[in-house]
Amino acid sequence: MLRNLFSLRSILLTLGVAAVACCAIAADAPAPSAEARITALEAYVTNGDPGKALTGVAGPGHNAWMMTSTALVLFMTLPGLALFYGGLVRSKNVLSVLAQCLGIAGLVTILWWAFGYSLVFGKSFSEGGGFLGSILGGTEFLFLRNVGAAPNTDYSFWTSHSVFSMYQMMFAIITPALIVGAIAERMNFSAILVFVTLWMIFIYFPLAHMVWGVTGMMNGVWNPDAAIRAIDFAGGTVVHMSSGWSALILCIILGPRIGFLKEKMAPHSMVLCMVGTGMLWVGWYGFNAGSALAADGIAANAFMTTTIAAAVASFVWPMIEWFTRGHPSILGFCSGAVAGLVVITPATGFVDVSGAVIIGVLAGAVPYFACTKLKGWLKYDDALDTFGVHAVGGTMGALVTGFLATSSANANLGIGPAAKNGLAGLVTNGGLWIEQLKAMGITVAMAFVGTILIAYFVKATIGLRAAPDVERQGLDLLEHGEEGYIY
Amino acid sequence: MKLITAIIKPFKLEEVKEALAAIGVEGMTVTEVKGFGRQKGHTEIYRGSEYTVDFLPKVKVELAVIDDLAGKAVDAIVKSAKTGKIGDGKIFVQPLEEVVRIRTDERGEIAI
Repeated sequence: MLRNLFSLRSILLTLGVAAVACCAIAADAPAPSAEARITALEAYVTNGDPGKALTGVAGPGHNAWMMTSTALVLFMTLPGLALFYGGLVRSKNVLSVLAQCLGIAGLVTILWWAFGYSLVFGKSFSEGGGFLGSILGGTEFLFLRNVGAAPNTDYSFWTSHSVFSMYQMMFAIITPALIVGAIAERMNFSAILVFVTLWMIFIYFPLAHMVWGVTGMMNGVWNPDAAIRAIDFAGGTVVHMSSGWSALILCIILGPRIGFLKEKMAPHSMVLCMVGTGMLWVGWYGFNAGSALAADGIAANAFMTTTIAAAVASFVWPMIEWFTRGHPSILGFCSGAVAGLVVITPATGFVDVSGAVIIGVLAGAVPYFACTKLKGWLKYDDALDTFGVHAVGGTMGALVTGFLATSSANANLGIGPAAKNGLAGLVTNGGLWIEQLKAMGITVAMAFVGTILIAYFVKATIGLRAAPDVERQGLDLLEHGEEGYIY
Repeated sequence: MKLITAIIKPFKLEEVKEALAAIGVEGMTVTEVKGFGRQKGHTEIYRGSEYTVDFLPKVKVELAVIDDLAGKAVDAIVKSAKTGKIGDGKIFVQPLEEVVRIRTDERGEIAI
């Protein structure tokens, strides 16, 4: 520690000349003391509040990690998820899946720029203490106004506001893209775009604010006035439960594919599927470790728990297959890896490594059961198992987080807002899982009601399904005018 | 002249080709085909979905030979393509009416 301080002092001395020159221009404000400058630099190292000496300055290391994470999370959708899903459909529909992922990326970016970011991460609606502020953000960041290089200290002391907004946008892109898996091979492209627009406005934006917004009603870690003291590190409720449960409802309203349970609908390329899985896994480091919003110890812990849970689940799933059905399949390895990543998501920055192993084992077993047994019994056509992996995995992850979260993995569970709103006591003495159940109940209710209303609205106006001829010949040729493979 | 059509396991093609070359067969046509006989198909499982695949990949070898060579060619194919397991394939032998070499318009056995 002493040595660190010493080297900080020498850096400060080296920078001293520049600092004096800079401050001479702003002659009115007195130059911060050497003590204040050292405190600010230490705050950079510990991801703390820099105070006045470095106000409005982004920390290069944290910023670099968050820009990397942002790119990694985009990589999860393009092309990770697109290939994972694309490989699982029949070859006549491979391009339709790519088009849906690309279309959603562009569409959600426009929504995010116009009002999405402001509705999720603004806080003007809570001025005066209204209820609206606990479910939606505000208007101060419409069209990304006031979103610049200086950090927004409500969320991160050292990451540029612009980088933070883009990072969160990547989550907003991948979430509706996950739904594509359930409705693949039969939904009209225009219906998907309209559905996703409404779904983002009425489900994703409010939910993301409730869970992650600093004034959100379910943000137990950062909102001292949170009504529900739940925790969700990287999106178990916001991303996986919301998309997974909505996917189930939408695929039931949409109806099964023509020939479902009669014709062969095997994946056309397990190779593409595996390539996509690898990209998802790598990208997930940005998703989970990046959710620390800093290159700090919490990110490091998330990096480790993510790796352990994904690896364990990717091994457990195919081993169950091997014992019960005779073959460890590639799709089993891939499904296990994705399930492990899904289940660890809400827990990743809150649990230690043994918690991650437990989560890995559960993630390899429970979604396996949902995909292989439950779906067969209930006969819904969740084409690529969005419900089985993301809803079942996300729901289990959110609940298990309530049991395995520990302030030894993340000090923020015991201090600051968490101490004020009582979360700290719940983590130490048990009972967090009840708060988790409340958050899960609200998430499922919003997904159910919202999706039913939006799906029937789209069905009544422009229709949900591609015409039977289009579905038979393949969406690629008739909806997009191209073929995936020309031999 | 005879036309010999053999349906064999794909990984046996190289051995069959060599065995035929060894007895003096100078040409053949090979096609990748699918079909089933007593072997039937197999089952593929993708998560919860099971699909029965009826048609299995095989290789079809076609060759035209003079009558004297037909017996030896059939023996060579049987010997080289056999694994002893179900699904080894079949050989069909038919009389061949005419053979024409397009380049020279030669007809009959000389064109083989």
